[in-house]
Amino acid sequence: MDTNILFIFILAIFVGFEVISKVPSMLHTPLMSGTNAIHGIILFGGILVLADATTGLQQVLGFVAVVFGSANVFGGFMVTDRMLQMFKKKK
Amino acid sequence: MSSTIALILIGVAVLFILGIKFLASPKTARQGNLVAAAGMAVGLIILCNREGANIWTHGNNYVLIVIGIVVGLVIGAFGAYSVKMTAMPQMVALFNGLGGGAAALVASLEFLKDAQPAAQIAGVAIPALHDPSAAITIPMLFATLIGSLSFSGSIIAYLKLEGKFEKPMTFPGQNYLNGLIGLVILGLCGWLTFNATGHNAVVAFIVMFCLALFFGIAMVMPIGGADMPVVISLLNSFTGLAVAADGFAINNTAMIVAGTLVGSSGTLLTLLMCKAMNRPVTNVLFGAFGSSGSSAAAAGGVAGTVKPIQADEVALLLAYAQRVVVVPGYGMAVAQAQHSVRELTEELGKRGVEVQFAIHPVAGRMPGHMNVLLAEANVPYDQLIEMEQINPSMDRVDVCLVIGANDVVNPAAREDKSSPIYGMPIIDADRCKTTIVMKRSMAAGFAGIENHLFYKDNTRMLFGDAKASLNALVAAVKAS
Repeated sequence: MDTNILFIFILAIFVGFEVISKVPSMLHTPLMSGTNAIHGIILFGGILVLADATTGLQQVLGFVAVVFGSANVFGGFMVTDRMLQMFKKKK
Repeated sequence: MSSTIALILIGVAVLFILGIKFLASPKTARQGNLVAAAGMAVGLIILCNREGANIWTHGNNYVLIVIGIVVGLVIGAFGAYSVKMTAMPQMVALFNGLGGGAAALVASLEFLKDAQPAAQIAGVAIPALHDPSAAITIPMLFATLIGSLSFSGSIIAYLKLEGKFEKPMTFPGQNYLNGLIGLVILGLCGWLTFNATGHNAVVAFIVMFCLALFFGIAMVMPIGGADMPVVISLLNSFTGLAVAADGFAINNTAMIVAGTLVGSSGTLLTLLMCKAMNRPVTNVLFGAFGSSGSSAAAAGGVAGTVKPIQADEVALLLAYAQRVVVVPGYGMAVAQAQHSVRELTEELGKRGVEVQFAIHPVAGRMPGHMNVLLAEANVPYDQLIEMEQINPSMDRVDVCLVIGANDVVNPAAREDKSSPIYGMPIIDADRCKTTIVMKRSMAAGFAGIENHLFYKDNTRMLFGDAKASLNALVAAVKAS
């Protein structure tokens, strides 16, 4: 395995801690929802395995993965936006 | 992968980081979400397979992929726009579970593809795509394990928030049984790391998958509904880590970066939530909160009597007060009373009463839940005061109106060492001159603990549906 990837991984851990260290509690729900949408990037993984799928079983499982990932990413961003929209409407 | 694509990928990673950073500040939160979504869209367009070729020009099963994306989009959009603001936490739990399930499926497919002898794939001789070395196998096993655990755990969390089996389910030796299952899972993972191919590996893998699903259920079942926010946040960071592990397994840097960011920021968020409740995270996960609490409180009982009050009397108290503090809780969300609350506070504002909202960090079913609901009802930001800021001045408050909040104003957290919530920071509603508690009945709160506040001398209970009571208050304040 490429050690550069491990390097990126370790740095990302620290960045993740750093960027939300000062978040006010009123934004905890939208933040959780927003990060929830970001891990919807698993959709990429679903697409990649489905594109490689050759057997019927692989196609079925890959298809389910794509549906799940797609619902996660689109639903996640939409629901977060709906929440934050209401914050914005303020005076 | 061409260097142009690599550069764009760095841009995508920056968009994710900026997105999360913007999400952490009220002014930029909405842009933050859009920035992250933009990063996702760019990443999707330039998505490359293991050989570095763009997936949209070099791949099979296009039709299936596109149908899958559209089906997911429809499900996601329907869920996101049909859900009531009060049910937001469930929705996040559900989306998180889907992400976890997808992570587990992706890893499983990769693993099974490698595990099967190449000649057996559809009877056609296809060479293995890559060696199942430990560096690849371990992330795959990790993603399968954590992803499926997150899937089943999130579904249980969803059901608990929907009101199905809210109470913790416990039995003697539960933690030992869970520990045993955990050990078996780890043993299977260890064995699979070195025996990742062949028929036995496939069987062992499927057993591990099922055990991980069961483990997710067994882990969340004993946890009370009041702790679900922490559980969802934890499972959210789990899914992030599973996605990162998938990224290692299929060599996709964008997935590693995004998954890891979610994993680490989610872990920190979980710890912040636990800190707000003043309980260590281990206590939330293994403490079986609530089950012991309700029995202890029922046996102990509380001294004092409950004093009911009528709406017109409350309206008079409010109308002639100088400073009123509203403490909202999940009961306000259930009764959909946030708009009536805003109407009442506006009416009081017109009469020169100073009105503020005291927001407990874990009021409702999710941190910040109350802020979202009150924002929906157009209550201005600056009226929402966080617990630490408002507590020092609580004894100068004339009337404290507790609307559907229970555990977050229970003085037992300060006074009663035997209470399961002892030590949790609370809003000091009992220190106001008069405290009005609006509640449907005398039933215990979500944590199943008797509330000492209801029996205090300066507390009056206004029974009834929160929305109906508030509307009566608005009418009475207008008339007085």
